[in-house]
Parts: sequence; structure tokens; C-alpha cells
Amino acid sequence: MQEWANQLCENRQFGSKMTDSKYFTTTKKGEIFELKAELNSDKKEKKKEAVKKVIASMTVGKDVSALFPDVVNCMQTDNLELKKLVYLYLMNYAKSQPDMAIMAVNTFVKDCEDPNPLIRALAVRTMGCIRVDKITEYLCEPLRKCLKDEDPYVRKTAAVCVAKLHDINAQLVEDQGFLDTLKDLISDSNPMVVANAVAALSEIAESHPNSNLLDLNPQTINKLLTALNECTEWGQIFILDCLANYTPRDDRESQSICERVTPRLSHANSAVVLSAVKVLMKFMEMLPKDLDYYGTLLKKLAPPLVTLLSAEPELQYVALRNINLIVQRRPEIMKHEMKVFFVKYNDPIYVKLEKLDIMIRLASQANIAQVLAELKEYATEVDVDFVRKAVRAIGRCAIKVEQSAERCVSTLLDLIQTKVNYVVQEAIVVIKDIFRKYPNKYESVIATLCENLDSLDEPEARAAMIWIVGEYAERIDNADELLESFLEGFHDESTQVQLQLLTAIVKLFLKKPTETQELVQQVLSLATQDSDNPDLRDRGYIYWRLLSTDPVAAKEVVLAEKPLISEETDLIEPTLLEELICHIGTLASVYHKPPSAFVEGSRGVQHKRLPGSAGSGESVDSPETTSTAGVSDAPPAVIPSQGDLLGDLLNLDLTPTTAGPPPPAPSSGMQLGGMDLLGGGLDSLLGGDLGGTPAIGAGFGAAPAALPASFSAPVSGGLDDLFDLGGGVGMPMGAYSPPKSVWLPAMKAKGLEISGTFARRAGVIQMEMTLTNKAMSVMTDFAIQFNRNSFGLSPAGPLQVLTPLSPNQSIEVALPLNTSGPVMKMDPLNNLQVAVKNNIDVFYFSCQYPISMLFVEDGKMERQIFLATWKDIPNDNESQFQIKDCHLSSDAASNKLQGSNIFTIAKRTVDGQDMLYQSMKLTNGIWVLAELRIQAGNPNYTISLKCRAAEVSQCVFQSYEAVLKN
Amino acid sequence: MSASAIFVLDLKGKVLICRNYKGDVNMADIDHFMPLLMQQEEEGMICPVITRGNVHFMWIKHSNLYLVATTNKNSNASLVYSFLYKLVEVFTEYFKELEEESIQDNFVVVYELLDELMDFGFPQTTDSKILQEYITQEGAKLEVAKTKVPTTVTNAVSWRSEGIKYKKNEVFIDVIESINVLVNANGSVMSSDIVGSIKLKTMLSGMPELRLGLNDRVLFALSGRDKGKTVMMEDVKFHQCVRLSRFESDRTISFIPPDGESELMSYRINTHVKPLIWIESVIEKFSHSRVEIMVKAKGQFKKQSVANNVEIRVPVPSDADSPKFKTSTGNAKYVPEKDLVLWTIKSFPGGKEFLMRAHFGLPSVENDELEGKPPITVKFEIPYFTVSGIQVRYMKIIEKSGYQALPWVRYITQSGDYQLRTNV
Repeated sequence: MQEWANQLCENRQFGSKMTDSKYFTTTKKGEIFELKAELNSDKKEKKKEAVKKVIASMTVGKDVSALFPDVVNCMQTDNLELKKLVYLYLMNYAKSQPDMAIMAVNTFVKDCEDPNPLIRALAVRTMGCIRVDKITEYLCEPLRKCLKDEDPYVRKTAAVCVAKLHDINAQLVEDQGFLDTLKDLISDSNPMVVANAVAALSEIAESHPNSNLLDLNPQTINKLLTALNECTEWGQIFILDCLANYTPRDDRESQSICERVTPRLSHANSAVVLSAVKVLMKFMEMLPKDLDYYGTLLKKLAPPLVTLLSAEPELQYVALRNINLIVQRRPEIMKHEMKVFFVKYNDPIYVKLEKLDIMIRLASQANIAQVLAELKEYATEVDVDFVRKAVRAIGRCAIKVEQSAERCVSTLLDLIQTKVNYVVQEAIVVIKDIFRKYPNKYESVIATLCENLDSLDEPEARAAMIWIVGEYAERIDNADELLESFLEGFHDESTQVQLQLLTAIVKLFLKKPTETQELVQQVLSLATQDSDNPDLRDRGYIYWRLLSTDPVAAKEVVLAEKPLISEETDLIEPTLLEELICHIGTLASVYHKPPSAFVEGSRGVQHKRLPGSAGSGESVDSPETTSTAGVSDAPPAVIPSQGDLLGDLLNLDLTPTTAGPPPPAPSSGMQLGGMDLLGGGLDSLLGGDLGGTPAIGAGFGAAPAALPASFSAPVSGGLDDLFDLGGGVGMPMGAYSPPKSVWLPAMKAKGLEISGTFARRAGVIQMEMTLTNKAMSVMTDFAIQFNRNSFGLSPAGPLQVLTPLSPNQSIEVALPLNTSGPVMKMDPLNNLQVAVKNNIDVFYFSCQYPISMLFVEDGKMERQIFLATWKDIPNDNESQFQIKDCHLSSDAASNKLQGSNIFTIAKRTVDGQDMLYQSMKLTNGIWVLAELRIQAGNPNYTISLKCRAAEVSQCVFQSYEAVLKN
Repeated sequence: MSASAIFVLDLKGKVLICRNYKGDVNMADIDHFMPLLMQQEEEGMICPVITRGNVHFMWIKHSNLYLVATTNKNSNASLVYSFLYKLVEVFTEYFKELEEESIQDNFVVVYELLDELMDFGFPQTTDSKILQEYITQEGAKLEVAKTKVPTTVTNAVSWRSEGIKYKKNEVFIDVIESINVLVNANGSVMSSDIVGSIKLKTMLSGMPELRLGLNDRVLFALSGRDKGKTVMMEDVKFHQCVRLSRFESDRTISFIPPDGESELMSYRINTHVKPLIWIESVIEKFSHSRVEIMVKAKGQFKKQSVANNVEIRVPVPSDADSPKFKTSTGNAKYVPEKDLVLWTIKSFPGGKEFLMRAHFGLPSVENDELEGKPPITVKFEIPYFTVSGIQVRYMKIIEKSGYQALPWVRYITQSGDYQLRTNV
């Protein structure tokens, strides 16, 4: 540092320009004394020069704290520039000289009453930065005055000072009533004061999540929205970020806030745009999907997001990370914007990688040709990480878009021909996945792959290649030689490769037992006797015993048919995704991690949730619910005695209240943390003899007005029912999901009760269950299995019940499903037989899923293809149904159906009758075409369904009915 | 909420100046920044956010400086980067160039600015024109003026001071459209769009109210007019002076302009434009001997228009030598430090076609490092013309003193990000 200062003065000495850098010349040794003298000089100019020298020394990191009293002596000056410098010095050294810092207090108090507002503001700004406990209390009076100052510049500075003081001594700020003053400033006439007050309050609220500081109500929201139009770009961000924490009471309020926030999308500052996007993405959850405005809003979001990509690269990066989230949550927003994500040669690497990620997410049949051409281009670049990711992307496209698989494979083969080592390895890894997705289709390329065996030096590629050789051993003449060549360096391989080699050779042996006996013995002994890796040894012994005791069983185990792999491998888990959407623009959205994962001391902080899906507590708590639910007299915290409660619930009028409260969302994911004992208790109390039939559920749903908010969590099934009965108020979130019903009554399952439903969320089919323990002992070790079924539904992972389930407790579980399980036609078609195991026993039940869960997101057929297909399907396959008592307009119906991936392709109006032509695609690739006829004024719709597999029509019709009527 | 502290570092990572706003991150942590960045660079995985423990560094680079913000909270990252770029803008307007030297030469003002621009991590007034009214470089001279906070600072109109006077009231409007094109090696246009910008140079007295009329398709549709050519703007971004809610409701662009130069708005148009200068290239590489390049450039715009200062950059291998050129017009030269041939054509009339041939030798011992495939890039400027056909229909200027003011309009089309991939 010293060096810099010296060198600097040398450089400058000869320059004609006299700049601040001359002050750096005095920091040579032994000059503190000299400075001291200058600071105490009578001449103003000399004093100022001396302070500048001190600051210069401070800047280069030299300790000039010894001059503290002398510098503070210069504080009383009417020269603003000098005052600023002294204040700056104070901020830096006050903490190291707390006793002397007191000397400054008087001047602060005096400066806060200076006639010049610049000085008043400067004093109040600096005061808060002096983090010395002793002096904080002296600062309260000046701060109080400044908060009421006539000059808005002083008030806006004082508002921030409250946050500073709160950070040093929260108790003091509360005792002094500053928080209330700060809240009053939200109604200030000056927009900048409002903005800073909001920022200060948000900051305080963030560090004290339970303080309930920001109790936003419609009045304050209105004030904020007004200030939004008038304050600086930064103020707009503070206000938008604060708005994002609000939960509107109903969809109407939600819409009106959205309408006032959308103009911000045209702001030149990217951060304003992203904060506005956050508010809109969040509040959109509450809008019914059939609302015209919902569609308008969706359309408005894409252009500003695209424009963010012309910002500076760092801002582009933040935008891309956020678009990645938005695309997962609402794929429809960006689906036509593929081109803007094409990579430019001069993009920084972090932008390139993010663009690539989004390209894969947006890849669909419609754009796959273009995407592939681009990916191929990227794969011949030089940036290793980028190239690898591009090759991987080609593989993912093949798996995602079936029609493109062949082209992808040939592209990969072309790339393998380039012989660029890492390209070849990456290609082999992805080809393995393609084999798994499309068995018995592309094995002809194996020969080409085998040619590159020797060049593979990365474990993942070696393992992939070995897997391929083992899996297709019967088609590779020299499979034994190939595998044997790997065996030589067995102990130098990584575990991944060793395990794969072991399995591959066992496979080979089972396929060609005669010629490979020696090989298999060799690998088994290598794995079991010469290895100290327990996993490897275990696997080795298992194979060994299997092969020696029952070769037939071994064959069944080792050569069993493998489950297919799923399309999207790296989707963010839905609850996390919801939380991240609430944090758009922040570091959390950049890291794709919840704030609790990287911010210290935030573990107690509530996870933000989207309004549609947050635990329904908030809305149940709201006054409006209390009044509409009808049992408003009981104070919320008092729990009626058991008998009374039962009586009340049973006597409740079950006809749905028409002016329903805002639909609290049925919880979508697992219930985090707050498993409430009380709730569980009441639940079981009811469930014991009434079995939670829908009617009781509905009554229950209306009741929580008299119960604590937390209560509603375990009975969300009941709440669900209420809103379904209410009709029309249904929660417009993703595909239609029927209310939970009891699948397994407790009496049939030794006290375990399971109720559940199915839902499709962000393209993932979920089985959502409530497990309730009504037995006397703790239940553990839950697991689940499905019988073969019509569409190959099977659990995508184990059943996540991590903690033991105590008596009278219940837990919400969301089990993601895939459709790669074994297939067997069931009757009815959508029947699913399930086995659930716990530490007590295994229980069986069957349930039926709405077939609409299987409608995939890319089920929109091209018009031309639709026409051709419609004609092509024989008329015998057409079935007609009536949907009675449906009062939606054709547009509303169409929007509603689209939520469940039933896409309207065309609409025709003949003689007042609307004909909607619609398509949907099942997970197994079966297309269903529909013609929906709606006559204005006639509540009965007619639907004709055409499908090559006519047996699904009945189920599809049921889904139509369920979706339209809910 | 945003930054805990802001640092300005030199290329070696040494702190030139810093400001601690919140005190919740140890200021010494900045010493870890440069080693971490260098490690990332080595691994080829640089990223604008660097994490160490619970400290996050958000950084940008400007000339020979790094501007770094630290935080240990879940900060609004887009706000932080916007702010850092704003910092660059303000410093540049104060010191002309922002570089190591200008920070050292002006450290007192830099401290003052850092104090005014952000408070406790919240960005405050960042409009440099307004800041210059009360934070000045020559402290002594302005003692008097500085005794007052300009009311502008906290006004709803925070970008324009009161009491501005001009003898002659004029406003100059520049409509500049940049063409972004990405063309594949096989000649197909992968993506193309127009990014337009309307810049103002305002020399108007008092607090004038301005209204700008464009041939905006949405506006015409709203008002039921259907005469003449209109332009569909995909997305529009405005300077903060424009009343956004007004635009949202009836597409009126109304505002009180900042004084002097400013960008009033920018827009993006998605329509597929024919690349105005079309390039066909044949690059043949004969390993160990030579590279032959043939580039044909064609002006695909009206004959009356002329593209000025056309620069066509054609990449060549880094180990190429002994260049030879032949051009039908303009001048070609080899720029070895950038591994490219620069072909400049001062004036390129529409409809014309020009040719350039280049020949390079290659060493017999080949460079075994893989080289990227940089695209051919083109720069040009076509005055008096916009591709989209956007037009300023009127600019109404109303000031309470009732003076007459003249608006002047100028149109320019230029190249933006204009890349044509090659097959080598």
C-alpha cells in the first residue's frame, strides 16, 4: 500500500496536473507527528489539506487512528467538504476508539439542527454508521427530530438511519417508538421517503421475521403502488420487492395489483423489470386460468424477459438463471422464444452454459431441427465445458423429443468421427442413455462405439461403454475380449467402472455361459478377494451366490427388464421451485438454492411460498374467512371441548357458501416441518368413527374459523372439498386435481389410514397422500409398490416418510410418479393397485386416477396434422358423450381444459354453436382428438372423441367432465 | 437487501478505495477475491458471483478495475449489478475515463459520491447530472452553491433541475436502429432482430412537457387509424422520465426530459430483416501450406442509400503468415494481434457487390492447439434510413412560458451484433 502511494507521488511529481494524488506523498515514515501539527493549525486551508492527507493514508490502508482526537477537533467547521472527510474518518475509526467517539456526539447533535439540510442529512447518515454501543442512545433525540424534518432529503436519510440503529440495538429502536414513526413514513408525501422507509422496514423485517412489521394491508399497498409511479428506479425496486411479500385477499385484488405493476416491465433498469416479474409471477398464481387477463399477462411477460438478454453480461446471467426457473414453472411463457437463446461466439462462458440449459428445456418437436443444428455447431467449438454440455444436450434432446432421436443419434455419430477425445467420451455417455430410453432401436451403432474403446479415459465414459458391451453382449462377437481388456487394470479403475465391469461380465456370462466361465471367475475373485471396497465386495458376493445356487434366478435378476429413464432429469423439485420464484432476482434465484442454504442465521426464517400453494393458514386466518364461514364468534385461539366441536361440525350447513373465501391452495408438496399435533389429534378424533367422508371434510373445511390457523394444514383435503363444492372458485393451479378421498380406511390397515389424490404439477405426475396413524403405536419403514397397470405408472422414487409416524399424527406425502413401469391393461383402464408396507404389515388397496394426469404438456397437435388424423381414424373409433349442466363459455372452457393439457387447436362457430377442436396426448404417446360442441344458452355440451385406442375414450370423457365442472 | 460494502480493485486485486455500508461482512475478506477469481479463470469457469464461506462477491470489470460488492444476505443480485454499472456511469461522467488513475486522482470526490450514491446498502440518488449540482470536484469554488440540497434530489422529477435557461430552444432526436444478425455457415439466418434507440439532446428552458408521436402499430390500432406504415414494437424500455402507466393505458409517450443528452427509449422489433450487408465466404485451409479466402459482400438495401464506414472482419488462423490481398474496392489489411483480416469500405452503395480475396501461408509445423471458430463480423452505418420504417410523427413541446421550440430528427441504421459463422 505504502508502495502505491509513493510510486504514485513519483509519477505525479512531474505532471503539471495537481490532483488529489498529491496527498499520498505525506505518508512516509515519521510523518504522523507532522500531520498532527498541521491538523491543529489555525489556518483553515492547511487543516483541510491535512485531513485530506489523513484520508489518503487511510485509503492506502495505513493506520492513522492515532490522530483521532486531532481529526475530531476539525469536525466543527462550516466547510462541508472538510466535514465530510472528518465524518468519513469517524466512520472508519470510531469502533477502534469507542471512548473518544463520544467526543463527536455533541457535534452530531448540533449538526442535526443545522439550517442547511445537507448537513442535517449528513449528520444523521453518519451517526448510524458509527457502530459504538455507548453513543447510540445519545443519537435518539437527533434522529427523532430528523424523522420529522421539513426537508424530504433529511427524512429519507433518517428513515435509513432507523434500520442502521436497529441493527446495532434493536431493543432501543423499539423502545423509542422509531418503528412506528417509520411505518408512518410510508404515508409520507414524498416518494423517495416512502421508498426508503419501505426499504428500511423490509430490512428490519428480514432480520426479525416474527416482528410482523410489514403488516401490509390494502391501504398500505395502495400507497406503495402510488409511490411506485413517482420514485427513483431504486425506490421502485424496494417497493416491488416489498409488494412481493404481500398475499392478496382474492383474485380481484391480485389482478388489480398486477395491472398497476405491469407498466414497470417497460423500465430501462433490468433490476426493476426483474422485481416486477417476481411480483407478477407470484400474484399470477391466484388468478383463475380461464380469466382473459391471465392470458394477457402471460403474453406480456415474454418480451421484457427477452430484452433482458441484451443487457450487460452479468445482468444477462441473472436474467438467464431466472428464466430457467420461470420456464420450469410456466413453460408457456417462453415456448416460442427459442431463437433468443442461441449462443453468440462472444458470449461469456457463464452466459453460454445458461443459454444451453434453457435451450434444452424449450426443445420440442416444433423447434428440434433448429436446436439440433445449433447444438452440432456448438459441439465443434473449443471451450471444453461448453462443448461437453452441448454434446450432453444432444443426448437429452433425443430422450425428450422422440421424433428427433434418430437424428440426434446420427449427429452424435458424426461427432464421434471427429475423434476429439472429450467429445467422444461425452457422446458415449449420452448414447448409453438413449439406448435405455429406446431399447432395441439404435444398437446398430454399437460397432462404431467399440472402435473408440481405447480412447476412453474418463470413468463415466468407460463405465458407459462397459455397460453397453454387457447389455448387448449377445450382439457383440468379441464382447468377451473387450471386457477382458478392461479387466487387466481392474484395480486401477474407479469404483464406478469396477462395479460396471463386474455387472457387465456377469451379464455376458449369463448370455454366453460356455465361453466366458473363466472370465466371470476372474472378475468375481478380483471383486471379492482382492478388493477392499465394501460395495464392490458385496456386489461380487451376491452375484457369486446367485450364480452358484440358482442360475435361473440369477438370470431373472441380472437380466431383468430395466425401467425406462425419464425425460427431464434435472427439474427443480416443485416446492423449491415455488420458493425460488418468490426470490426472483436475488442470489437465491442465481444459485437455485433457498436462502436458508447460504444465509447464516436464516434457518428459522419462513420459507416463502407462492400464494396459491402456501399452507392455507394465511387465508383461513383472514377476517373475511371468519365472517363468511359462519362460526365467527369463537375466539380463534380457543379450542372447543371435544363434544362441542363434533356437534358444531356436524350441524354445520353443508351447502357451500357462495361468496367463498379466497381458495387457500391445496398443499402441493410435502408439509414442511409444521406437523401439528393438535391438528393430528382432531383429525383422528373425527376420523375415528366418521372416516373422513367428503361431507365431513367439507364441514371441517368451513370450521377452522374457530381454530388456530396452523390447524388447517393436516385437513387440507377437507378444505379442498369445500372449494370443490363451491364450484367455480376452484384453485387454478396446474392441472385439475380431484379432492383427496380415502383409499385405505384405518380399520382395514391396522390403524393406517391413507387418503389421497393425483396431480400433475409442472409436468410431473404426483400421487399426493395423507398418511394418518390411528393405531396406538408408532409406524415406521414405509414403502410403496404398484401393480402393473395400463400406463406403466410407477413410483419415481421411494416413499419419503423420513420420521416415524406417531399415534394420532398424520403426514402429507407427495410421491412423484413416472410412466416407465411394466404395463398391463386394467379394468377399468385407470385402475391402480397399490401395496403399502410399514413396520406392521403390508396393505393393499386400489384407486383410480383421472386420466388427465397423463396428458402431456406437448399435446398440442398442428392443425394440418389434426385434420389428417381426424380423417384417418376410422369412424368406428368415435364415441360421443354428453356433459350436462356446464355453464362455461367456450373460451372459459377452453382455458380451463388447457390447464389440464387439453389444447384447443381451432374454434369454429356455426349458427351460434361453438365447435372446439382439441387434442391431447397421453404419456405413452396415444393421441386423443376431440370435438367439443357448445351451444350458447344450452348447459349440455356434446363431445366427440376419436382415438386409435378407442378404449381410453370413456376415461377421457370422465376427465373432461371433472375438469369442466371444477 | 443489496450490498454490504463496495470495493474498487486494481487488476492485481489491491483495494484502491472502498466503502463499508453495513459492517456485517469483514472488510478483510476482499483479499480472497482475486485468488478465487484467478482460480476460476484457470478452470475456465468464471462466474459473476463468487462465494467463499457465507460471503458472496458480485463483480464487474471496467477497463483496468474490478468493482466488487460483498454481501452475506440473500441480496437482490440484479439490483447490485445494475448499481455497479450505474457506478461506472457516474464515475465516467465525473472523470471522463474511469480507470485506476482517475480513482486515485479524485479520491475525495469518490468518497463523497460513494456516500451519496448508496446508504446502508440501498442505492439513493444516482443521476450524475443532479449529483453534479451539489457534489463537485472543485470544492472551494462551489462553497455557496453547495449549501442547499437541490430539490430535484427528492422530487418526483428527480432527473431535471428547475430554472434551466436556453436562448434558443431546440431538441435533437436521433433514431438509431441496430441490426443483430446471426447467420449459420450454410447461409441460413438463425436469428435477427432490430434494437432501436431514441436519443435526445434537449436544450429547452424551464420544465417543458414533451409528447413524442411514433407510427406505433398498437397506438394506431387503439385510435382506429389505419393510414400509412406502422411499426410493431415487440418490447419497449423507457428512461425513468417517461410516465409508464400513461404509456400502458393509451400508448402516449409523455415526459419531462432530462437536460442535455439522454436515451429516451429503446425498443426491440422481432420482424425478420434481410441482412443489409450479405456476406458469402469461401475459406479453404490447406494444412501445412496455405489458407485461401474469398469474401463477397452485397448491399441488400435501396440503391439510393449508402452504407458508410463498412468494416468486414474475417478470422484467420493464428499461425498464418505472409498475407496477400486483392479487393475490388476498399482496403484490406491483416491484423495479426486479433487474427483477422480487416476489409474496410468507406462508402458502399445499395445493390452493389464487392469482392475480396486473401491468401495466407501456413507453417509446415502445425499449431496443435485447437482454435475456436470465430464468425465473420460486419460493421456499418446507413444514414437517413431506418430498417423498421419507424418515424417520429411529431414532438409536442409545451412549457408554461409558451416559447416555441424546434425538434430536429435524424435517422441512422447501423450494425449491432452482426455475425456470420464460417465453415472452417
